[in-house]
Amino acid sequence: MSVEHQPLLLVQGRNLITGLALPALLTDPDGGLLFFNDAAGTLLGRSFEEVGRLPRDDWGRQFGPFDKEGRPLATDHLPLGNALREGRPAQGRFHVRLAANGELREVEVSAIPLLEPDHYEGALIVFWPVEAAASGTR
Amino acid sequence: MQVRFWGVRGSVAVPNANMLGYGGNTSCVEVTLADGTEIILDAGTGIRELAAGRTPHASKVQILLTHLHLDHIQGLLFFGPLFDPTSEITVYGPPAPGPNLDQRLARYLSAPLSPVDLHELPASVEFAPCPRGEWEVGGARIQAAIVAHRGVTLGYRITEGESTLCYLPDHEPALGTSLADADAGWISGSGLADGATALIHDAQYRDEEYPSFVGWGHSRVSDTVTFASRANAQRLILFHHDPGHDDATLDEIGHEARQSWDHAGRDPATLSLAAEGTTLTL
Repeated sequence: MSVEHQPLLLVQGRNLITGLALPALLTDPDGGLLFFNDAAGTLLGRSFEEVGRLPRDDWGRQFGPFDKEGRPLATDHLPLGNALREGRPAQGRFHVRLAANGELREVEVSAIPLLEPDHYEGALIVFWPVEAAASGTR
Repeated sequence: MQVRFWGVRGSVAVPNANMLGYGGNTSCVEVTLADGTEIILDAGTGIRELAAGRTPHASKVQILLTHLHLDHIQGLLFFGPLFDPTSEITVYGPPAPGPNLDQRLARYLSAPLSPVDLHELPASVEFAPCPRGEWEVGGARIQAAIVAHRGVTLGYRITEGESTLCYLPDHEPALGTSLADADAGWISGSGLADGATALIHDAQYRDEEYPSFVGWGHSRVSDTVTFASRANAQRLILFHHDPGHDDATLDEIGHEARQSWDHAGRDPATLSLAAEGTTLTL
């Protein structure tokens, strides 16, 4: 099977978030999940090794974004959609579903487009539980 | 394709007598395709010798710059064909937001740092950012990709027929990761080097020197060997020799590297150090 070689921005993005204590993930230009770090795995309740790469819709069905009632949200105007469409960092809040117990958890999300001079390579997303941010624990 | 090394030194030219075995000129490699098309990889000080040795001159030349650090462009205005009005030269370089490639080069190649301005050159010269994806030159397919180094830096992959040359003169793929353990496809430059017939790769530092230079954009020898092994390069040529390494030191580095290459299950005879004036036929 041939290997898909990733561009440098994604390689360096993965190197960066691998050691980051904040939950973080990388997407391709279509919003498909390429990688998430151990901190994100701890929050979501599943490791990247278990989940693997996922298209945007599959990733959304499993983990979110959801509203507080657990209804799926359209992603176009959430941080990832805004970042990939407008080429600028974007921030917002929504809920994710934890794999361990199905519980919904509100998270704050920052999405940074990985933008080369003439094209996107993907996005780097950092997120954290709202209660942790509010309490200043992280 | 025929490959000739005109400059193999990194950082700065070193005309010291005890370094001339491998050579003191900075990065410049000439690639001649089967149909005579000439591609020049980088324009370090070695390009001056290249121009002096070209008889007859090819009227069309492609110069592929990996990046704009001085040791890769310092020889550009000493490349004779730039002063020949019959020459047609295309200079490709890394893409970057903001000024065009010629404007970025002109920061150095213009007054007061240079007596000749880039735009006074008699030859027909075009400056262009490297195309995205693959493009063709004289029957060869060329690919460029941004690789791990300080500043926007390209590596190149040139394929003609069954032969592929990969050129990564300034590259620190181990920065922030373990090359031995990283997932396939998640290593800087791996797509360019994958299965190359010959890989010319940065090996500036000895392993014991590297800790003082982590993040400077260059590789230690053991990382270069690991990178080449993981990329399944058939032949590895160590390049961008440190200006502080004399011939005796480079001989030692070659000996150590061949041992590591051997331990990786590769034929030690397929690892060499680039030396000025030597050629390679792929």
